[in-house]
Amino acid sequence: MYKIAVVGDRDSILSFKAIGVEAFPAETAPEAEATLKKLAEGEYAVIFLTEQYAQPLKARLDEYAERVTPAVILIPGRGGSLGIGLANVKEAVERAVGADILGE
Amino acid sequence: MARLAVNPTRMELTRLKARLKTASRGHKLLKDKRDELMKQFLDIVRENRALRRKVEEALQRSGKSFAVASAMMSPEFLEEALLYPKQSVSLDLKLKNIMSVNVPKYEFHTKSDNPAEIFSYGFATTSGELDDAVLALSQILPDLLELAQIEKSVQLLSREIEKTRRRVNALEYVMIPQLEETISYITMKLEENERGNTSRLMKVKDMMLQEAHGYK
Repeated sequence: MYKIAVVGDRDSILSFKAIGVEAFPAETAPEAEATLKKLAEGEYAVIFLTEQYAQPLKARLDEYAERVTPAVILIPGRGGSLGIGLANVKEAVERAVGADILGE
Repeated sequence: MARLAVNPTRMELTRLKARLKTASRGHKLLKDKRDELMKQFLDIVRENRALRRKVEEALQRSGKSFAVASAMMSPEFLEEALLYPKQSVSLDLKLKNIMSVNVPKYEFHTKSDNPAEIFSYGFATTSGELDDAVLALSQILPDLLELAQIEKSVQLLSREIEKTRRRVNALEYVMIPQLEETISYITMKLEENERGNTSRLMKVKDMMLQEAHGYK
């Protein structure tokens, strides 16, 4: 039995607590990385991470992308969507096909 | 294209022919695998895009309500209201096999079936916007998990496709031409040796005849 976690700045993730997702506040990138590492080793299959930590933690996210668990999914944080989530989908298409053939 | 550094012998030739056969078969199989993976991948990546847009939009709506709520309530009350959630979600993980890539399939269970369980607080000290935020969030949870499942599949598939494509290309443009060239080199070398041998024998025969009969 796996669990779901959300990592990000306090304001963005507090409301997740109410619906039963475990929230782990992290105010800085190193803090977020440490939390992520701890969660990935634990029993969390899905970890939602706010987008602003995607850039500094790219190496770690790439590492998790090759494994089945955990699935680290970017969500827009308090500042609104940064478009990193969609950019990652685009990157996956480019990696697989060689060019972004679904372009807008 | 460089040929392999091997001795031009018959044994080496047989060995290389066997390798070429294996390589060609592998190439065909991998090519089929790549095509099928690509087909599957394109199907789910389209879904991934649409779902991500939808989820991001919904999350932002919920975030806005929450921002209003946190502006209207004191941080202490807000913290207290969400301190002990009544609802909890757990996840079942199954693996689905797409062309030998294992992708996850999630099934989630909530501890309680009562949809009102998401409100872990009394209504006296909290603002109505908090209710909106929490309700909106609970409504997109299934979509969020669907997104997690699809996005993970996309990540895993794209990496597998990249690997398979490299293998196909390595076989097609390096291994197979190299083997073919080496095989033709050995074949020619052996034929040349054969011709050399024949002409030497003819020469020897000429010399012997001349010695026996004094022919010129």
